[in-house]
Amino acid sequence: MKLDSKIPDGAIHEKWSNRKFELKLVNPANKRKYKVLVVGSGLAGSSAAASLAELGYQVECFCFQDSPRRAHSIAAQGGINAAKNYRNDGDSVYRLFYDTVKGGDFRAREANVHRLAELSVNIIDQAVAQGVPFAREYSGLLDNRSFGGAQVSRTFYARGQTGQQLLLGAYSALSRQIGLKQVKMFPRTEMLDLVVVDGHAKGIVVRDLVTGEIRTHAGDAVVLATGGYGTVFYLSTNAMNCNVTATWRSHKRGAGFANPCYTQIHPTCIPVSGDHQSKLTLMSESLRNDGRIWVPTKKGDKRKAAEIPDNERDYYLERKYPSFGNLAPRDIASRAAMQVCDEGRGVGDTGLGVYLDFRDSIQRLGKDAIAAKYGNLFHMYAKITAEDPYSQPMRIFPAVHYTMGGLWVDYDLQSTIPGLFVCGEANFSDHGANRLGASALMQGLADGYFVIPYTIGGYLAGQKPGAVPQSHPEFGKATAAVQEMTKRLLGIQGKRSVDDFHKALGKIMWSKCGMARNEKGLQQAIADIQTLRAEFWRDVKVLGGDATVNQSLEKAGRVADFLEFGELTCRDALERRESCGGHFREEWQDAGEAKRDDENFCHVAVWEHKGEPRQAVRHQEPLAFENVHLAVRSYK
Amino acid sequence: MKLTLHIWRQQKRSTKDNFAQDGKMVRYELDHVSPDMSFLEMLDVLNEQLTRKGEEPVVFDHDCREGICGSCSLMINGEAHGPQSGTTTCQLHMRSFQDGAEIWIEPWRAAAFPVIKDLMVDRSAFDRIVQAGAFISVNTGAPQDANAIPVPKADADKAFDAATCIGCGACVAACKNASAMLFVGAKVSHFVHLPQGRVERETRARKLVAQMDAEGFGNCTNQYECEAACPKDIPVRVIAEMNREFVRAKAVEEPPSKKRVGGDG
Ligand SMILES: Cc1cc2nc3c(=O)[nH]c(=O)nc-3n(C[C@H](O)[C@H](O)[C@H](O)COP(=O)(O)OP(=O)(O)OC[C@H]3O[C@@H](n4cnc5c(N)ncnc54)[C@H](O)[C@@H]3O)c2cc1C
Ligand code: SF4
Ligand code: FES
Repeated sequence: MKLDSKIPDGAIHEKWSNRKFELKLVNPANKRKYKVLVVGSGLAGSSAAASLAELGYQVECFCFQDSPRRAHSIAAQGGINAAKNYRNDGDSVYRLFYDTVKGGDFRAREANVHRLAELSVNIIDQAVAQGVPFAREYSGLLDNRSFGGAQVSRTFYARGQTGQQLLLGAYSALSRQIGLKQVKMFPRTEMLDLVVVDGHAKGIVVRDLVTGEIRTHAGDAVVLATGGYGTVFYLSTNAMNCNVTATWRSHKRGAGFANPCYTQIHPTCIPVSGDHQSKLTLMSESLRNDGRIWVPTKKGDKRKAAEIPDNERDYYLERKYPSFGNLAPRDIASRAAMQVCDEGRGVGDTGLGVYLDFRDSIQRLGKDAIAAKYGNLFHMYAKITAEDPYSQPMRIFPAVHYTMGGLWVDYDLQSTIPGLFVCGEANFSDHGANRLGASALMQGLADGYFVIPYTIGGYLAGQKPGAVPQSHPEFGKATAAVQEMTKRLLGIQGKRSVDDFHKALGKIMWSKCGMARNEKGLQQAIADIQTLRAEFWRDVKVLGGDATVNQSLEKAGRVADFLEFGELTCRDALERRESCGGHFREEWQDAGEAKRDDENFCHVAVWEHKGEPRQAVRHQEPLAFENVHLAVRSYK
Repeated sequence: MKLTLHIWRQQKRSTKDNFAQDGKMVRYELDHVSPDMSFLEMLDVLNEQLTRKGEEPVVFDHDCREGICGSCSLMINGEAHGPQSGTTTCQLHMRSFQDGAEIWIEPWRAAAFPVIKDLMVDRSAFDRIVQAGAFISVNTGAPQDANAIPVPKADADKAFDAATCIGCGACVAACKNASAMLFVGAKVSHFVHLPQGRVERETRARKLVAQMDAEGFGNCTNQYECEAACPKDIPVRVIAEMNREFVRAKAVEEPPSKKRVGGDG
């Protein structure tokens, strides 16, 4: 597997301009002859599909929901970063770049991150022009807040529904192109395989989730914007149907998978209440601006929060990280919560929870001020837990939230398969080993609006349009493989439901490849997943037919992929013998703080498929830090 | 908790002439339901039980399970999204029901929303309405600086309130005329409160209304059931705004000589 990152020449701030100039252009009259398949309609997919269509390409776009507007991006709450420096508080493109490289614990590619910071400002302009109703001040100008471990206020937001509003903006742009017949939209359609012809991505195999029909689509290039794989843990803050299928099956067709073990665990989620739980709800991290996190100093203190006097409370983030306090980055805040729970100081019935307390800010600012800022979140919390967060502290606990790993891409967002581009959370992205708050929306939209429209042209310019017809034998072969898998899943008729297997996998992943990992645990996890996978193929029970809506069948395919992907994730975690960002190896720490090994691991790990996950081969893309110098990441 | 459920089961997709097809209410008994479960988690438990018995699980749309994607869409005891106001089905918890309760669960029922299977309906009519004109015609890369046009906070807030619609369709399901006015009104209202959105206000109002009619949604007779059912509390004022916009658009359609100059911006 050849890994050419194609980082352009020049100083860091000139690289993107240089690249744009170098890229070959497709003649405007020829654009309509090319067809691009965009899989996914979240922020990355909708923005890519709309922008490519505006340029004149024919676009087909796919999503598994009943409408492109329902993609998981809709759920993002807190905000989107942009280096506008509207606050005059010292922000700049360079500072956003610096913060992102450092926040990612020096495991991201500098050139990509700088481009992201540059493009961040255009995103806000674009969104406002589309009618995205960002929060405003009385002057009529845009409001900002500080978010997720940043010391400047660069986050734009639309109450607690920023993802919704941004997605509706991108969806409206996409809808306009659908109306103009420049995009053909295929909702309730799931991509189940990638068609590769002579080493190039030239089509996909899909299942129509309503009729069950399995068919193919041919294109001159394929863009995957299929989101993250957090649901490999079963319980996460992601939507229930998020999955790894599109990227995993592309991986099996030759696309390198980068850093699967980099998963982000978000510190502020509502704790698990019982075995029936199907998903975890995020409480936006913006709450940490006014809430204080604490646990009792004494072990097993079962008193009510209000009965615990101040001197018996441990505001552990404020104590350990005096300069960042409650705003310490996610990976650090999550680990600190786990530590105090491990010490037996967790709160709530299960002992797996810490307090997020608004008492002091309510006293200081008044209940109304707090309600104006966080009313919808408090309401959501009360609905789920039946507790009133104005009068007693919230209970929160870390939960799987975001996945920094994904398909490996070069600077042009092209995977190791020529013609296969990957955008948004689905690629291994710009976040290194840890993503800063409000940066995923930024990345998805930068990729879709401003990167792919340029870089895909560079590829297409070298391709003859419509060169590979759907009648090519590779299409038939890929279809047959998908049909065969469907038949196999329906034929087992074992005893255990798909959900049952998914939950079992989630438990293995969370306990052994979750917040803290070690050699022995990971080896055990790999063995356990292999056993579970064998059992799945022997004993799974999928009822119903294939020529109709069959949600068990849909899930079965996704869980089958997770059962392979989970093993690779554990292998990746095992091989990365250091701690960095969201990847914490117990063997590499300084009294609880992550300890990187730059000498041996300052690289991207890229996995090549060779059959079984245990046979996958690990390659490396070395990372160079020429602008932000390697340093211990400290928030003390 | 112990529950008796009556659930609409339908194998064949609704057609214009045969909406109910082979559909019927089927009774299920469910035990060991925890009050902390969400309504959809309760259905997960039922589906797990059905699967074990070899019966096909109940089909229903869902995804985010936190009230924002607009996928979930159940009529619960005759109420769209169930008994709690300002709540989607997925945000409803079993503690809202009594132990021993009987619960009737049906799909949205509206001619413009054919049933696909069991509790899953086809809401693509909403997408087609949006495609007809619920957007600002701006290409990627064209805009000026985001702060170039200040928008009074009150206007931005009004636009936002309308823009929070999740496109779930409860308003249509709750309306005896199956009208989509709340949904379409929310779109119109969102754009008309923003300077960027006012440029195309006439064409937008005309096109959205035309598409809404073409999809077979009913008329509004001011019953306000939509507002009561809406999980995002979209106010009925948006319907009045939409009517106003539509009338205004018609006025602008008049021959050029009579055309108003300027307008009420
Ligand atoms: C609760 C929550 C809150 C968040 N808040 C923030 C925040 O405040 N700020 C921030 O920056 N980030 C936030 N994030 C992260 C951010 O929302 C996501 O990373 C981002 O939206 C992902 O966008 P995407 O376009 O890459 O993928 P998604 O939005 O997940 O879209 C994936 C698309 O791919 C489609 N798809 C997937 N597989 C297939 C297939 N096989 N066939 C066909 N279609 C397929 C889906 O239908 C969907 O359309 C949050 C995440 C969560 C879970
Ligand atoms: S107006 Fe309310 S009920 Fe109607 S689709 Fe929008 S959110 Fe749902
Ligand atoms: S499942 Fe998303 S709103 Fe209910």
